[in-house]
Amino acid sequence: MLEISNLHARLADGREILRGIDLSVNAGEVHAIMGPNGSGKSTLAAVLAGREGCMVGEGTVTYLGHDLLAMAAEERARAGLFLAFQYPVEIPGVNNVYFLRTAANAQRRHRGEPELDAGQFLRAVRAKLKLLDIGEDLMQRAVNVGFSGGEKKRNEIFQMAMLEPRLAILDETDSGLDIDALRVVARGVNEQRAPDRAIVMITHYQRLLGYVEPDRVHVLQDGRIVESGDKELALELERRGYGLIGDAA
Amino acid sequence: MTASTDTVQTVRSLSQEGYKYGFVTEIEADEAPPGLSEDTIRFISAKKEEPVWLLEWRLSAFRAWLKMTQPNWAKLHLTPIDYQAATYYSAPKKSPGPKSLDEVDPELLRTYEKLGIPLREREALAGVAVDAVFDSISVATTFKEELAKLGIIFCSMGEAVREHPELVRRYLGTVVPQNDNFFAALNSAVFSDGSFAYVPSGVRCPMELSTYFRINAAKSGQFERTLLVADASSYVSYLEGCTAPQRDENQLHAAVVELIAHEDAQIKYSTVQNWYPGDAEGRGGIYNFVTKRGACRGARAKISWTQVETGSAITWKYPSCVLEGDHSIGEFYSVAITNNRQQADTGTKMIHIGKDTRSTIVAKGISAGRGQNTYRGLVRVQPRAQDARNHTQCDSLLIGDRCGAHTVPYIEVRNPSARVEHEATTSKISDDQLFYCRQRGLSAEDAVSLIVNGFCKEVLKELPMEFAVEAQKLLAVSLEGSVG
Repeated sequence: MLEISNLHARLADGREILRGIDLSVNAGEVHAIMGPNGSGKSTLAAVLAGREGCMVGEGTVTYLGHDLLAMAAEERARAGLFLAFQYPVEIPGVNNVYFLRTAANAQRRHRGEPELDAGQFLRAVRAKLKLLDIGEDLMQRAVNVGFSGGEKKRNEIFQMAMLEPRLAILDETDSGLDIDALRVVARGVNEQRAPDRAIVMITHYQRLLGYVEPDRVHVLQDGRIVESGDKELALELERRGYGLIGDAA
Repeated sequence: MTASTDTVQTVRSLSQEGYKYGFVTEIEADEAPPGLSEDTIRFISAKKEEPVWLLEWRLSAFRAWLKMTQPNWAKLHLTPIDYQAATYYSAPKKSPGPKSLDEVDPELLRTYEKLGIPLREREALAGVAVDAVFDSISVATTFKEELAKLGIIFCSMGEAVREHPELVRRYLGTVVPQNDNFFAALNSAVFSDGSFAYVPSGVRCPMELSTYFRINAAKSGQFERTLLVADASSYVSYLEGCTAPQRDENQLHAAVVELIAHEDAQIKYSTVQNWYPGDAEGRGGIYNFVTKRGACRGARAKISWTQVETGSAITWKYPSCVLEGDHSIGEFYSVAITNNRQQADTGTKMIHIGKDTRSTIVAKGISAGRGQNTYRGLVRVQPRAQDARNHTQCDSLLIGDRCGAHTVPYIEVRNPSARVEHEATTSKISDDQLFYCRQRGLSAEDAVSLIVNGFCKEVLKELPMEFAVEAQKLLAVSLEGSVG
């Protein structure tokens, strides 16, 4: 589903953050990308989602047979790529459900499916909220405005559930969550594991992986994937720390 | 006192002189000769078969205007206006117009489509000579009959002068005097037509009064004059303008709107202004100099202005409330967009005279392209206005880095018990917000439209339902090309 080959990227200030990433993700898999602060985890997520300001040098990214890097951010989203933001953005005055319906309909239009009216969409929202054990209170507020850190992350997972992406990238979705919020988020992710969907979790800690069991774990350091393995690798990392891995590599 | 008596006599003698030859020979003409003089005004008045008192009223406005100069305190750059080059009257003749939509500028049609205007209405808006298929005249007649049962008068200003002269004479110019300002004086001298409404005591007007169902009537022209009177304990909601882009060959527009709310009466006045803004380089476009003012004459009266200003090259407009009655309330909700080379200097005046008067101001300015957007507002609390309160919220949103937003509040308080609050914010649509929306599948333009509509929500929710939906689409269309 996702094939990253020798990907290099710089920030606008010229610093090279990604220095040759190779990664292959198949449908149905859950991958964890771990690494210390500044290793390039969030830059990788930004490059995949098409954020302007990250300049790709060399390398290729193929997503569902498309040249991902040639697509605009909204085209990637419409092709089923979803990014759960590390810092979800506030949009004052825009109702959360309305925002989500606008997004869902933009994607449906692209796929040639009929748009959902407010009533149909609200029914779908209610069903998903129940499934994910998320309260309805967040839905009628403005997008992320006045949300606590935990509420913002839950809202990201909820958006993912409503948009039903093919590839979901979760950028530090576990950071800043208390244990209850972490459980809600993990449950949301687990509910959404599916044979035709891949999930890439970017995380600093092993904590989330205790709730969402990954098929593959990768260690990112200094812009390269320095080690890959199964879920045992995450546990090992937790014991010995990133520093040692770096040395070993 | 003597001076004004003198003036009146002078006016009389002059007007009688004028009557001798002013229009008798010219009455067959459909257009006044270009230029502005007392003869022009006599010609207009005669064409409209107005009573002598109104002709005198116009002439005294004209004389006041001659002594005035065009105001230059607003933050606007405009080319000088040659008032003698304009034509101040042309007969409401049936112009040939396009025969069908096929003959209409395709760009205009695309905009109608984006705004979601029903096909039949598009024809009317584009000026297609409409036949029985869409007979708005008969629709209007039906409405009028229903209103008449309740004693509500709603008609053109010209008709009001003929049919209800006592009402017009009693109220005209009592809120915006003829010599109020340069543009109001000009309007008073040469006003073409406009709307008049009177709602009797205790009556709640059952529908939104709108110039819309007069759409096929003669164009009101560039010097529109509107007068609304809500008698004691009545209620009326009035809609002005429409979201469809309106083209006009007259570059200068100077309208006057007067509202009078008696004891316990409420007037809600909503405007969507979408006159031609000129092209991307600022060529063409309407100069819109409007004087709008409402007087809360009685206790507990309430006047609420809501405006969505997206059109015109220049907007100069300060819908105001004079809160004379004790416990009366004034409100002003505004969205003003300037894109490309548009300039807007708009805001309100809240004059607190009565006790316990309240006012609320919510102004949202959006600047894109090279647009310049100024909020200018006055809150004045007079000595007798014990316990007056005002809350002002001014928010500016910038799109791009070549536009400007300016906030100029004036606060004059002459009573120590007053409470006046002013909050102002300026923000930009951030790259983070745009990326967040695009990552969910929205195009950059849809993202801007969504963010802008969120920014304007407090104002849009004051609009009547069907108007609000159209206004949302209009905001999006007005900002096209501002990103990307």
